[in-house]
Amino acid sequence: MKKLNIAILGTGNIGTDLLIKVLRSDYLECVLFVGRNMSSRGVSKALSLGVSVSNQSITAIEKNHKNIDLVFDCTSAKDAVKHWNILEPLNIKVIDMTPAKLGGFCIPAVNLKEVSKLNNINMITCGGQASIPMAYVLGKTQKQIKYIEVVSSISSRSAGPATRLNLDEYVETTEKGLTLFSGVTKTKAILNLNPAVPSINMQTTIFAQVEEPDMNLLIKEVNIMVKNIQNYVPGYSLINTPIYENGRIVVMVKALGLGDYLPKFAGNLDIINCAAIAVAEELSKSNK
Amino acid sequence: MNKQILINDATLRDGSHAVAHQISAHQIAIYAAAAEKSGVPIVEVGHGNGLGASSMQVGLSLEDDRTMLETARKHLSNSKLGIHVIPGFATIKRDLTPALDIGVDVVRVASHCTEADITQRHLGFVREKGKEAFGVLMMSHMASASVLVEEAQKMELYGAEGIIIMDSAGAYLPCDVEEKISALVNGLKIPVGFHAHNNLGLAVANSITAIEYGAKILDGTARGFGAGAGNAQLEVLIAVLEKLGFFTGIDLNRILDASDIAEKELIPQIPVIKSESIVSGLSGVFSGFSKHVNRISKEYDLDARDIYRELGKRKVVGGQEDIIIEVALDLIKKNK
Repeated sequence: MKKLNIAILGTGNIGTDLLIKVLRSDYLECVLFVGRNMSSRGVSKALSLGVSVSNQSITAIEKNHKNIDLVFDCTSAKDAVKHWNILEPLNIKVIDMTPAKLGGFCIPAVNLKEVSKLNNINMITCGGQASIPMAYVLGKTQKQIKYIEVVSSISSRSAGPATRLNLDEYVETTEKGLTLFSGVTKTKAILNLNPAVPSINMQTTIFAQVEEPDMNLLIKEVNIMVKNIQNYVPGYSLINTPIYENGRIVVMVKALGLGDYLPKFAGNLDIINCAAIAVAEELSKSNK
Repeated sequence: MNKQILINDATLRDGSHAVAHQISAHQIAIYAAAAEKSGVPIVEVGHGNGLGASSMQVGLSLEDDRTMLETARKHLSNSKLGIHVIPGFATIKRDLTPALDIGVDVVRVASHCTEADITQRHLGFVREKGKEAFGVLMMSHMASASVLVEEAQKMELYGAEGIIIMDSAGAYLPCDVEEKISALVNGLKIPVGFHAHNNLGLAVANSITAIEYGAKILDGTARGFGAGAGNAQLEVLIAVLEKLGFFTGIDLNRILDASDIAEKELIPQIPVIKSESIVSGLSGVFSGFSKHVNRISKEYDLDARDIYRELGKRKVVGGQEDIIIEVALDLIKKNK
């Protein structure tokens, strides 16, 4: 079986962790790992793994475009726009790891098949991958949700410079995704960075303002959704059984990483990367 | 020695925590007018966690940001209108841009004390718009003096015109204030400020210690109206500063009037140091958690002190109010 040829653009935490996951995949082949700085930690890691690297960023991909089916854009929301302007005419598909909102939003546990037909697929945000599936279940099982809010707390050590500069985009994109998948117009996303040592695991709380909750149906559907997500994010789990407290439903989840490039506490990187790999593998399978 | 001290009156912002963010536009109008009359330099207004922070996580505001700011704006002319902004809660497009359009003069961009780099874009934006920008390092008891200096220097680089460290948990002793304020004053070219909480009864003493070691900005609130055990009591602070020979530009008699008005119109219960407040301070827990811990400890029949101690152990930061529920459910499991 022919593997799908992919390139990874951006050699930060996300890009490097993705690389390790791609190398493990039966469906994906990394032909190029590109950034702007040959002395970055990510590039050193890639070299040690015997992967072709370049510091020519998007130019390296343009030069090799005939050999590349798919690019994971792991740069920033701002740069992802420039990159898509170049990649679209070259007929290269993009899985966008930034909150640039260019392509169709993807939560693999909800709409994997639908988005695999698109040329630009947006993985929303790490907090979105953790919370939106639950917001989707809330939207499906509860009557008249007035408002959904999600709060993610991640370890400071897992938030690289791009994440920190993109906080506003993170908030906007996560909120847009919440509305899209839950059908609830009024949504809010909050992100906290916690510097505690030892590092905290990524965790996310989903609140829904509901007057008459159906907790039995919710808990049943939430458990099914958690199992679906665990198919591609093994470290995803409920912290507690969902409760109804102070006029709101509270669902708490955590994501423990696989510990590929960053330690296991960096579940925020792992969850969005595992989701992206699930999409890329689906594209590879449907490419035959 | 320059004996001018810049006072930021946080009554209408930190006080919001004390009433679960239920301050009304009417109350804002009354207090803003009184503060204006006293010559308060900066009147800070908004939800306890600042702009865009009305949420189920922290508490939903009675009034939206626009109403609060427009109301205050109408009653302030010599006093500047200030806001507190935490990136991760407030975005430039959704929250900050409209706030500046309403006429906010001073923006204090805050982050947890080790995460200054998330303030870069917000600070840059405020400076670009020609408004006053300060950097705020919250929960500053959780970082060493050298880390605080490093983080403050980042904010200075991003355009902050002064750095305020917050003792958000009311955990500082005067010796901590001395160590940290001295280090910041030595490490920065811009003025340094201190925001106290009163869990250990030291809010005013710590504020004065900060001034002795070179701080030029102080926060206070009328009657100490604020999160948890409350803040440095503003009218006491003004009196003490006056006695020490410092200038604030605030008229003591008028600020006493303003505090009486606040007591009558805004403050259902004057902050006192309750037993839980002491444990909260000793555990280094964000003062804004107290209302939530109170409610949840009653709801689940737990001792609030156990919750504070556990939150302290887990090194929870401001904005992580959801963890209170998790800690409560864990304690129930343990108690079984």
